[in-house]
Amino acid sequence: MAELETERLFINMGPQHPSTHGVLRLGLTIEGERVVEVLPDVGFLHRGIEKLAEKRTYVQFIPLTDRLDYLAGMSNNLAFVLAVESLLEVEIPRRASYIRVIVAELSRLASHLVWLGSFANDLGAATPLLYCFREREDILDAFEVLCGARMTFNYVRFGGVARDATPEFVGKCRALLGTFDKRVDEYEELLTNNIIFVNRTKGVGVLSREDAISYAASGPMLRGSAIKWDLRKDAPYLVYPEMDFVIPTGTVGDVWDRYTVRITEMRQAARIIRQALDGLPEGDSRAKLPRVLKPAKGEAYSRIEGPKGELGFYVISDGTTNPYRVKIRAPSFINLAAISAMTEGALIADIVAILGSIDIVLGEVDR
Amino acid sequence: MNVELLKFVWIFLPQLLPRPIYELGVMAVAFLGVMVFMVLMVLFMVWFERKVIGHIQVRRGPLHTGRHGWAQSIADTIKLFLKEDIIPRGVDRPVYILAPLVVFVSTVVVYVVIPFSDKLVARDINMGILFVFAIGSVATIGIFMAGWGSNNKYSLLGAMRAAAQIVSYEVPLLLSVLGVLMLAQTLSLHGIVEAQKHVWYVFLQPLGFAIYVIAGIGEVNRLPFDIPEAESELVAGFHTEYSGLRFAFFFLSEYANMFVISAMATVLFLGGWHGPILPGFFWFVGKAFFFMFFMVWLRGTFPRLRVDQMMSFCWKVLLPLAFLNLLVTGLVMAVLN
Repeated sequence: MAELETERLFINMGPQHPSTHGVLRLGLTIEGERVVEVLPDVGFLHRGIEKLAEKRTYVQFIPLTDRLDYLAGMSNNLAFVLAVESLLEVEIPRRASYIRVIVAELSRLASHLVWLGSFANDLGAATPLLYCFREREDILDAFEVLCGARMTFNYVRFGGVARDATPEFVGKCRALLGTFDKRVDEYEELLTNNIIFVNRTKGVGVLSREDAISYAASGPMLRGSAIKWDLRKDAPYLVYPEMDFVIPTGTVGDVWDRYTVRITEMRQAARIIRQALDGLPEGDSRAKLPRVLKPAKGEAYSRIEGPKGELGFYVISDGTTNPYRVKIRAPSFINLAAISAMTEGALIADIVAILGSIDIVLGEVDR
Repeated sequence: MNVELLKFVWIFLPQLLPRPIYELGVMAVAFLGVMVFMVLMVLFMVWFERKVIGHIQVRRGPLHTGRHGWAQSIADTIKLFLKEDIIPRGVDRPVYILAPLVVFVSTVVVYVVIPFSDKLVARDINMGILFVFAIGSVATIGIFMAGWGSNNKYSLLGAMRAAAQIVSYEVPLLLSVLGVLMLAQTLSLHGIVEAQKHVWYVFLQPLGFAIYVIAGIGEVNRLPFDIPEAESELVAGFHTEYSGLRFAFFFLSEYANMFVISAMATVLFLGGWHGPILPGFFWFVGKAFFFMFFMVWLRGTFPRLRVDQMMSFCWKVLLPLAFLNLLVTGLVMAVLN
């Protein structure tokens, strides 16, 4: 039988997706429902954050890192601060290290919750979105108690953290952790056990082991492709070596694997926070540092396992109060590059699922 | 005196007036009644859906306007009426303008044969069920007109999806109904309900009912089959370019169609107006609304299928099952006879 000839159509997968509200355009060439080519077009945010770093003092730059991945501001604070601290060669108090682990893992939860909700929404299920935001609200409430802000925290500082963790904050954390696992069970009931969801995700958007490595993918994207690589275990920082947790991996690298990896990570993050709260030592939350920071000439690269993958800050100091150069390794940008490899032969509906499974934040993509 | 006058009008007017004029009058009254019922029902349904979904999704919004949010649907309706009527420059004007009307009219006409109670039916025709499915499928043309006439790629894709989906799901839907028709031995909706006086067909045709439910939801483009307007993929599918009142017609039709599918489920499987104590009308509407609640519940629970999965489910699962149901019904009837 002869193949039916169809006309190719070019459409923009544009602003309809929650994370692409005018800042990411996917140019799709389609034949009927089948996608022939996907071209991501980024660069609409025009932020120039790396350049702004050169015009500010080290401390003044911390609030700008919040604006990169605004769903996990604490993690961005942390990655930048760690880089500068290695230039300053400062040792931070143990209590500060624990608090940093708590806020970083809470950030992971908050970020994964937004991802899960919007991902489910992409697949047409609106209910998990509302549920996820309900839990995220508790996390933001805890952050508000801790540092007064709900999104742009400016909390992790050189030598420690801006303010000590109060008993109220600890209480809020324990309260939210008390129900968290049950809530994740609820999501799993809605999604993991749903045949439609399984059919929409299994075998869709496969990123092979080799491709994941060659695209330098990281975070749940890399672990979904069956590569056990997590900086908290493989290049430890803070007090992560003292924590007991497991690194989940997928098997084939499809959307389903990335989903299950993140779901397990949420449970593991909650486990880490519990351990950190239990073992939170007494003492100072910030080391004594000079009021004006002038790191010695040199360069440092510091990386953390952010919610979306390896988040790195490369800082060059020329011995003045301002960084000479800051380069950010943003996981969203690098993970997004692999979209073409994952979308071969996909349908339009798959593109939405695949894009959602990458978990991008455009603030980080367009720096 | 008034009763006497009414009797006079009821008995003698048909004989005094020329037949076509009397018939037109009756149809006008029926149409008016249907329209009033439909608009009220849609208003209630929008509120009802918002409330149910609001409870499922732990939203706070649906409680705000008026006591328990009752005024929200009314406010939305007024807003829709006041919105600017935008017709994009590049559209095929006649097709674009006619499309919502075609969809709307095809939906309204179906209401004429729905038996709300033993007496309350605008027109009881002896091929009611055939009429419902024949007229109901005209909406597909309207949807395709909307997608084609909009001169927009998303609309076109949505319309093509809609046409494929509705045409496909109509097949198992009709087949699932055939079992009922075999049992009732009539095509009249009134007759089908009467035949269920003692036992509802949902108990005699459970597989047929299951197929009807799934295919019916597919037919009205509700989740998990709302693929034609999949907002995360196609903006809003076939009605992307429509705004204000024109969009309201599509919206109204969708909800009105939901009621048609629910009412048909009530007529075919749930014993229509039969029920104890309360008047038949309340039973009928109650059963139909229970079915609509079920659709809302699904919307709050399920993700959306993919277009190819939906089609293969229709042709590879529903259709063979529908044939099986037909075969078993036939065999059992042959044996019992």
